[in-house]
Amino acid sequence: MHELSVALGIVDLAKKELHKAKAKQIDSIQLVIGTMSGVEPESLEFVWPMAVKDTVLAKATRNIEYIEAKAKCLECDTIFPVEKIYDSCPKCNSFFKDIFQGKELKIKSLEVS
Amino acid sequence: MCGTCGCGTGSGPTIVKIEDHGHSHEHTHEHDHTHEHSHSHKTVIELEQDILQNNNLLAARNRGYFDAKNIFALNLVSSPGSGKTSFLERTLADLKDQYPFYVIEGDQQTANDANRIHALQVPVVQVNTGKGCHLESDMIYDAVKQLAPKDNSFLMIENVGNLVCPAMFDLGESKRVVVISITEGEDKPIKYPDMFLTSDVCIINKMDLQPYLKVDMDKLRNYAQQVNPKLVFFEVSATTGEGMKKWYDWLIEQI
Repeated sequence: MHELSVALGIVDLAKKELHKAKAKQIDSIQLVIGTMSGVEPESLEFVWPMAVKDTVLAKATRNIEYIEAKAKCLECDTIFPVEKIYDSCPKCNSFFKDIFQGKELKIKSLEVS
Repeated sequence: MCGTCGCGTGSGPTIVKIEDHGHSHEHTHEHDHTHEHSHSHKTVIELEQDILQNNNLLAARNRGYFDAKNIFALNLVSSPGSGKTSFLERTLADLKDQYPFYVIEGDQQTANDANRIHALQVPVVQVNTGKGCHLESDMIYDAVKQLAPKDNSFLMIENVGNLVCPAMFDLGESKRVVVISITEGEDKPIKYPDMFLTSDVCIINKMDLQPYLKVDMDKLRNYAQQVNPKLVFFEVSATTGEGMKKWYDWLIEQI
Protein backbone atom coordinates (compact mmCIF):
# COMPACT_ATOMS: atom_id res chain seq x y z
CA MET A 1 0.00 0.00 0.00
CA HIS A 2 0.88 3.69 -0.21
CA GLU A 3 1.74 3.95 3.49
CA LEU A 4 5.37 3.29 2.66
CA SER A 5 5.41 6.30 0.31
CA VAL A 6 3.83 8.32 3.09
CA ALA A 7 6.40 7.14 5.65
CA LEU A 8 9.27 7.90 3.27
CA GLY A 9 7.77 11.34 2.65
CA ILE A 10 7.78 11.93 6.40
CA VAL A 11 11.45 10.92 6.58
CA ASP A 12 12.33 13.37 3.77
CA LEU A 13 10.52 16.26 5.41
CA ALA A 14 12.04 15.47 8.82
CA LYS A 15 15.52 15.37 7.29
CA LYS A 16 15.06 18.82 5.75
CA GLU A 17 13.79 20.27 9.02
CA LEU A 18 16.63 18.80 11.02
CA HIS A 19 19.07 20.30 8.55
CA LYS A 20 17.34 23.70 8.71
CA ALA A 21 17.34 23.69 12.51
CA LYS A 22 21.04 22.76 12.56
CA ALA A 23 20.22 20.31 15.32
CA LYS A 24 21.87 16.98 15.98
CA GLN A 25 18.99 14.60 16.27
CA ILE A 26 15.25 14.22 16.23
CA ASP A 27 13.91 13.00 19.55
CA SER A 28 10.24 12.81 18.68
CA ILE A 29 7.77 13.41 15.91
CA GLN A 30 4.10 14.29 16.21
CA LEU A 31 1.82 13.27 13.36
CA VAL A 32 -1.80 14.19 12.75
CA ILE A 33 -3.84 11.66 10.76
CA GLY A 34 -7.49 11.99 9.92
CA THR A 35 -9.65 8.87 9.77
CA MET A 36 -10.52 9.78 6.14
CA SER A 37 -6.94 10.59 5.10
CA GLY A 38 -6.57 7.28 3.29
CA VAL A 39 -3.81 6.08 5.59
CA GLU A 40 -4.37 2.89 7.56
CA PRO A 41 -2.80 3.16 11.02
CA GLU A 42 -1.88 -0.56 11.05
CA SER A 43 -0.15 -0.34 7.67
CA LEU A 44 1.78 2.77 8.70
CA GLU A 45 2.80 1.01 11.91
CA PHE A 46 3.95 -1.97 9.86
CA VAL A 47 6.13 -0.05 7.40
CA TRP A 48 7.49 2.50 9.91
CA PRO A 49 10.53 0.53 11.18
CA MET A 50 11.66 -0.17 7.58
CA ALA A 51 11.08 3.41 6.44
CA VAL A 52 13.01 5.05 9.29
CA LYS A 53 15.86 2.54 9.50
CA ASP A 54 19.24 4.34 9.24
CA THR A 55 17.53 7.72 8.86
CA VAL A 56 17.13 10.84 11.02
CA LEU A 57 13.98 9.30 12.48
CA ALA A 58 15.55 5.99 13.49
CA LYS A 59 15.63 6.91 17.18
CA ALA A 60 12.70 9.29 17.32
CA THR A 61 9.57 8.38 19.22
CA ARG A 62 6.39 8.74 17.20
CA ASN A 63 3.11 10.13 18.48
CA ILE A 64 0.01 10.06 16.34
CA GLU A 65 -3.06 12.16 16.94
CA TYR A 66 -6.08 10.77 15.13
CA ILE A 67 -8.79 13.16 13.97
CA GLU A 68 -12.37 11.89 13.64
CA ALA A 69 -14.01 12.75 10.34
CA LYS A 70 -16.94 15.17 10.26
CA ALA A 71 -19.12 16.32 7.41
CA LYS A 72 -21.67 19.02 6.72
CA CYS A 73 -24.76 18.00 4.78
CA LEU A 74 -25.04 20.08 1.62
CA GLU A 75 -28.82 19.80 1.68
CA CYS A 76 -29.75 20.66 5.28
CA ASP A 77 -26.47 21.88 6.86
CA THR A 78 -26.49 19.18 9.56
CA ILE A 79 -23.01 18.47 10.91
CA PHE A 80 -22.40 14.79 11.58
CA PRO A 81 -19.53 12.39 12.28
CA VAL A 82 -18.51 10.23 9.31
CA GLU A 83 -17.42 6.66 9.87
CA LYS A 84 -17.64 5.52 6.29
CA ILE A 85 -17.20 7.65 3.19
CA TYR A 86 -20.67 6.69 2.00
CA ASP A 87 -22.51 7.62 5.23
CA SER A 88 -25.58 9.70 4.53
CA CYS A 89 -26.92 12.64 6.53
CA PRO A 90 -28.64 11.29 9.67
CA LYS A 91 -31.33 13.97 9.35
CA CYS A 92 -32.29 14.09 5.65
CA ASN A 93 -30.46 11.00 4.28
CA SER A 94 -28.71 12.97 1.55
CA PHE A 95 -25.37 11.68 0.28
CA PHE A 96 -24.27 15.19 -0.74
CA LYS A 97 -21.85 16.21 1.97
CA ASP A 98 -18.67 18.13 2.52
CA ILE A 99 -16.16 16.22 4.62
CA PHE A 100 -14.50 19.20 6.32
CA GLN A 101 -12.51 17.33 8.95
CA GLY A 102 -10.68 14.01 8.96
CA LYS A 103 -8.62 14.27 5.77
CA GLU A 104 -5.58 15.59 7.65
CA LEU A 105 -2.23 13.98 6.99
CA LYS A 106 0.53 16.10 8.41
CA ILE A 107 3.54 16.46 10.60
CA LYS A 108 2.49 18.63 13.50
CA SER A 109 5.86 19.08 15.14
CA LEU A 110 9.33 17.71 15.66
CA GLU A 111 11.37 17.77 18.83
CA VAL A 112 15.05 18.14 18.08
CA SER A 113 18.16 18.43 20.21
CA MET B 1 8.52 -3.46 1.71
CA CYS B 2 4.81 -3.16 2.31
CA GLY B 3 3.01 -6.36 3.22
CA THR B 4 -0.36 -5.23 1.91
CA CYS B 5 0.30 -4.88 -1.78
CA GLY B 6 4.01 -5.38 -2.18
CA CYS B 7 5.15 -1.82 -2.81
CA GLY B 8 8.60 -1.00 -1.58
CA THR B 9 11.56 1.26 -1.91
CA GLY B 10 13.57 -0.62 -4.51
CA SER B 11 15.19 1.59 -7.08
CA GLY B 12 13.41 4.58 -8.60
CA PRO B 13 10.86 4.36 -11.39
CA THR B 14 11.90 3.80 -14.99
CA ILE B 15 10.40 6.20 -17.51
CA VAL B 16 10.86 5.24 -21.15
CA LYS B 17 9.48 6.79 -24.31
CA ILE B 18 8.54 3.99 -26.69
CA GLU B 19 10.03 4.58 -30.11
CA ASP B 20 10.67 2.42 -33.11
CA HIS B 21 14.36 2.21 -32.38
CA GLY B 22 13.93 2.70 -28.68
CA HIS B 23 16.63 3.46 -26.22
CA SER B 24 15.99 3.88 -22.55
CA HIS B 25 16.64 6.78 -20.23
CA GLU B 26 16.85 6.07 -16.58
CA HIS B 27 16.26 8.63 -13.91
CA THR B 28 17.44 7.98 -10.43
CA HIS B 29 16.60 10.30 -7.62
CA GLU B 30 19.34 11.24 -5.27
CA HIS B 31 18.84 12.82 -1.94
CA ASP B 32 20.91 15.42 -0.14
CA HIS B 33 23.22 14.60 2.67
CA THR B 34 22.54 16.16 6.00
CA HIS B 35 25.08 18.16 7.90
CA GLU B 36 25.10 17.69 11.61
CA HIS B 37 25.88 20.37 14.13
CA SER B 38 26.01 19.88 17.84
CA HIS B 39 23.44 21.60 20.02
CA SER B 40 22.46 20.10 23.32
CA HIS B 41 19.21 21.93 24.03
CA LYS B 42 15.84 20.55 22.95
CA THR B 43 13.70 22.54 20.57
CA VAL B 44 10.21 21.89 19.33
CA ILE B 45 9.69 22.75 15.67
CA GLU B 46 6.03 23.47 14.95
CA LEU B 47 5.62 22.30 11.39
CA GLU B 48 1.95 21.71 10.59
CA GLN B 49 3.13 20.47 7.21
CA ASP B 50 1.14 18.31 4.84
CA ILE B 51 3.00 15.06 4.28
CA LEU B 52 1.94 14.84 0.64
CA GLN B 53 2.99 18.44 0.04
CA ASN B 54 5.79 17.60 -2.37
CA ASN B 55 3.49 15.51 -4.52
CA ASN B 56 0.74 18.12 -4.37
CA LEU B 57 3.08 20.99 -5.31
CA LEU B 58 4.41 19.20 -8.35
CA ALA B 59 0.87 18.15 -9.29
CA ALA B 60 -0.14 21.81 -9.20
CA ARG B 61 2.79 22.62 -11.44
CA ASN B 62 1.73 19.91 -13.92
CA ARG B 63 -1.83 21.24 -13.83
CA GLY B 64 -0.64 24.77 -14.58
CA TYR B 65 1.33 23.49 -17.56
CA PHE B 66 -1.68 21.57 -18.86
CA ASP B 67 -3.98 24.58 -18.42
CA ALA B 68 -1.59 26.92 -20.19
CA LYS B 69 -1.32 24.62 -23.19
CA ASN B 70 -4.98 23.64 -23.13
CA ILE B 71 -4.10 20.00 -22.63
CA PHE B 72 -6.93 17.94 -21.20
CA ALA B 73 -5.27 15.37 -18.93
CA LEU B 74 -7.12 12.31 -17.70
CA ASN B 75 -5.96 10.02 -14.91
CA LEU B 76 -7.43 6.57 -15.59
CA VAL B 77 -7.62 4.43 -12.48
CA SER B 78 -9.07 0.99 -11.79
CA SER B 79 -8.34 -2.42 -10.39
CA PRO B 80 -6.16 -4.65 -12.60
CA GLY B 81 -8.13 -6.29 -15.38
CA SER B 82 -11.02 -3.83 -15.66
CA GLY B 83 -10.11 -3.23 -19.30
CA LYS B 84 -8.47 0.19 -18.93
CA THR B 85 -5.98 -0.43 -21.70
CA SER B 86 -8.58 -1.88 -24.10
CA PHE B 87 -10.85 1.08 -23.33
CA LEU B 88 -7.98 3.45 -24.05
CA GLU B 89 -7.03 1.60 -27.26
CA ARG B 90 -10.58 1.83 -28.54
CA THR B 91 -10.79 5.54 -27.72
CA LEU B 92 -7.48 6.26 -29.44
CA ALA B 93 -8.29 4.17 -32.51
CA ASP B 94 -11.59 6.02 -32.97
CA LEU B 95 -10.43 9.58 -32.21
CA LYS B 96 -6.70 9.86 -32.96
CA ASP B 97 -7.23 11.03 -36.53
CA GLN B 98 -9.32 13.99 -35.36
CA TYR B 99 -7.45 15.03 -32.19
CA PRO B 100 -3.84 14.84 -30.96
CA PHE B 101 -3.46 12.28 -28.18
CA TYR B 102 -0.54 11.47 -25.88
CA VAL B 103 -0.36 8.57 -23.45
CA ILE B 104 1.52 7.81 -20.25
CA GLU B 105 1.32 4.15 -19.24
CA GLY B 106 1.96 3.21 -15.60
CA ASP B 107 2.72 -0.37 -14.64
CA GLN B 108 4.98 -2.04 -12.14
CA GLN B 109 6.80 -3.94 -14.88
CA THR B 110 6.92 -4.42 -18.66
CA ALA B 111 6.31 -2.09 -21.59
CA ASN B 112 3.46 -4.29 -22.86
CA ASP B 113 0.78 -1.62 -22.54
CA ALA B 114 2.94 1.10 -24.10
CA ASN B 115 3.68 -1.24 -27.00
CA ARG B 116 -0.07 -1.71 -27.53
CA ILE B 117 -0.50 2.08 -27.66
CA HIS B 118 2.59 2.54 -29.83
CA ALA B 119 1.07 0.11 -32.33
CA LEU B 120 -1.68 2.73 -32.83
CA GLN B 121 1.00 5.31 -33.63
CA VAL B 122 0.16 7.47 -30.65
CA PRO B 123 3.14 8.98 -28.74
CA VAL B 124 3.53 7.04 -25.51
CA VAL B 125 5.83 6.89 -22.49
CA GLN B 126 5.94 3.86 -20.24
CA VAL B 127 6.57 4.46 -16.55
CA ASN B 128 7.60 1.33 -14.67
CA THR B 129 7.16 1.97 -10.99
CA GLY B 130 9.15 -1.11 -9.95
CA LYS B 131 7.77 -2.02 -6.55
CA GLY B 132 5.65 1.14 -6.41
CA CYS B 133 1.90 0.70 -6.44
CA HIS B 134 0.86 4.07 -7.95
CA LEU B 135 2.05 6.94 -10.13
CA GLU B 136 3.23 10.16 -8.48
CA SER B 137 3.32 13.67 -9.86
CA ASP B 138 7.11 13.75 -10.38
CA MET B 139 6.85 10.73 -12.72
CA ILE B 140 4.26 12.59 -14.79
CA TYR B 141 6.48 15.67 -14.82
CA ASP B 142 9.38 13.62 -16.24
CA ALA B 143 7.20 11.67 -18.66
CA VAL B 144 5.55 14.82 -20.03
CA LYS B 145 8.98 16.31 -20.73
CA GLN B 146 9.73 13.32 -22.93
CA LEU B 147 6.36 13.48 -24.67
CA ALA B 148 6.47 17.24 -25.33
CA PRO B 149 2.72 17.37 -26.08
CA LYS B 150 1.26 19.91 -28.50
CA ASP B 151 -1.24 22.57 -27.45
CA ASN B 152 -4.94 21.66 -27.58
CA SER B 153 -4.39 17.95 -27.08
CA PHE B 154 -5.44 15.07 -24.85
CA LEU B 155 -3.10 13.41 -22.37
CA MET B 156 -4.29 10.02 -21.19
CA ILE B 157 -2.51 8.76 -18.09
CA GLU B 158 -3.16 5.11 -17.35
CA ASN B 159 -2.34 4.61 -13.69
CA VAL B 160 -1.08 1.38 -12.13
CA GLY B 161 -3.95 -1.12 -11.80
CA ASN B 162 -4.78 -0.66 -8.15
CA LEU B 163 -8.03 0.59 -6.66
CA VAL B 164 -6.50 1.77 -3.40
CA CYS B 165 -3.20 3.64 -3.50
CA PRO B 166 -3.53 5.89 -6.58
CA ALA B 167 -6.49 7.62 -4.89
CA MET B 168 -4.20 9.63 -2.63
CA PHE B 169 -1.84 10.94 -5.29
CA ASP B 170 -2.83 13.92 -7.37
CA LEU B 171 -0.98 13.91 -10.68
CA GLY B 172 -2.22 17.30 -11.87
CA GLU B 173 -4.91 15.74 -14.07
CA SER B 174 -7.91 17.71 -15.29
CA LYS B 175 -10.30 14.85 -14.44
CA ARG B 176 -9.99 11.48 -12.80
CA VAL B 177 -11.74 8.57 -14.47
CA VAL B 178 -12.41 5.35 -12.58
CA VAL B 179 -13.03 2.30 -14.75
CA ILE B 180 -14.99 -0.60 -13.30
CA SER B 181 -16.00 -3.69 -15.21
CA ILE B 182 -19.29 -5.42 -14.50
CA THR B 183 -17.41 -8.63 -13.71
CA GLU B 184 -16.18 -6.98 -10.51
CA GLY B 185 -19.47 -7.01 -8.62
CA GLU B 186 -21.97 -4.29 -7.78
CA ASP B 187 -20.47 -3.37 -4.43
CA LYS B 188 -16.96 -2.45 -5.63
CA PRO B 189 -17.61 1.28 -5.09
CA ILE B 190 -18.31 0.85 -1.38
CA LYS B 191 -15.54 -1.70 -0.91
CA TYR B 192 -12.99 0.76 -2.31
CA PRO B 193 -14.69 4.09 -1.67
CA ASP B 194 -11.65 6.41 -1.76
CA MET B 195 -11.14 5.93 -5.47
CA PHE B 196 -14.79 6.59 -6.28
CA LEU B 197 -14.84 9.63 -3.98
CA THR B 198 -11.88 11.25 -5.72
CA SER B 199 -13.03 10.47 -9.29
CA ASP B 200 -15.13 12.66 -11.59
CA VAL B 201 -16.17 10.07 -14.15
CA CYS B 202 -17.07 6.39 -13.79
CA ILE B 203 -16.74 4.15 -16.83
CA ILE B 204 -18.65 0.89 -16.48
CA ASN B 205 -16.92 -1.45 -18.91
CA LYS B 206 -17.58 -4.92 -20.37
CA MET B 207 -21.29 -4.22 -20.86
CA ASP B 208 -21.27 -6.82 -23.64
CA LEU B 209 -21.12 -9.46 -20.88
CA GLN B 210 -24.34 -8.26 -19.27
CA PRO B 211 -26.54 -10.97 -20.88
CA TYR B 212 -24.46 -13.60 -19.06
CA LEU B 213 -23.76 -11.79 -15.80
CA LYS B 214 -27.10 -10.05 -15.22
CA VAL B 215 -25.53 -7.45 -12.96
CA ASP B 216 -27.97 -5.19 -11.12
CA MET B 217 -26.88 -1.91 -12.78
CA ASP B 218 -29.06 0.29 -10.56
CA LYS B 219 -27.46 -1.23 -7.50
CA LEU B 220 -23.96 -0.63 -8.87
CA ARG B 221 -24.71 2.99 -9.75
CA ASN B 222 -26.45 3.59 -6.41
CA TYR B 223 -23.45 2.32 -4.48
CA ALA B 224 -21.14 4.58 -6.50
CA GLN B 225 -23.44 7.56 -5.99
CA GLN B 226 -23.60 6.97 -2.26
CA VAL B 227 -19.84 7.46 -2.19
CA ASN B 228 -19.83 10.31 -4.71
CA PRO B 229 -23.15 11.78 -5.84
CA LYS B 230 -21.37 13.91 -8.46
CA LEU B 231 -20.00 10.99 -10.56
CA VAL B 232 -20.78 11.03 -14.27
CA PHE B 233 -21.41 7.52 -15.66
CA PHE B 234 -20.77 5.94 -19.04
CA GLU B 235 -21.74 2.33 -19.70
CA VAL B 236 -19.55 0.94 -22.43
CA SER B 237 -18.02 -2.11 -24.02
CA ALA B 238 -14.51 -1.47 -25.29
CA THR B 239 -14.79 -4.74 -27.22
CA THR B 240 -17.98 -4.10 -29.18
CA GLY B 241 -17.87 -0.30 -29.07
CA GLU B 242 -21.30 -0.13 -27.44
CA GLY B 243 -21.82 3.14 -25.53
CA MET B 244 -18.47 4.62 -26.61
CA LYS B 245 -20.11 7.39 -28.66
CA LYS B 246 -21.50 9.12 -25.55
CA TRP B 247 -18.07 8.97 -23.93
CA TYR B 248 -16.45 10.51 -27.01
CA ASP B 249 -19.02 13.31 -27.05
CA TRP B 250 -18.24 14.11 -23.42
CA LEU B 251 -14.49 13.92 -24.02
CA ILE B 252 -14.54 16.23 -27.05
CA GLU B 253 -16.62 18.78 -25.14
CA GLN B 254 -13.81 19.11 -22.60
CA ILE B 255 -11.21 20.61 -24.89
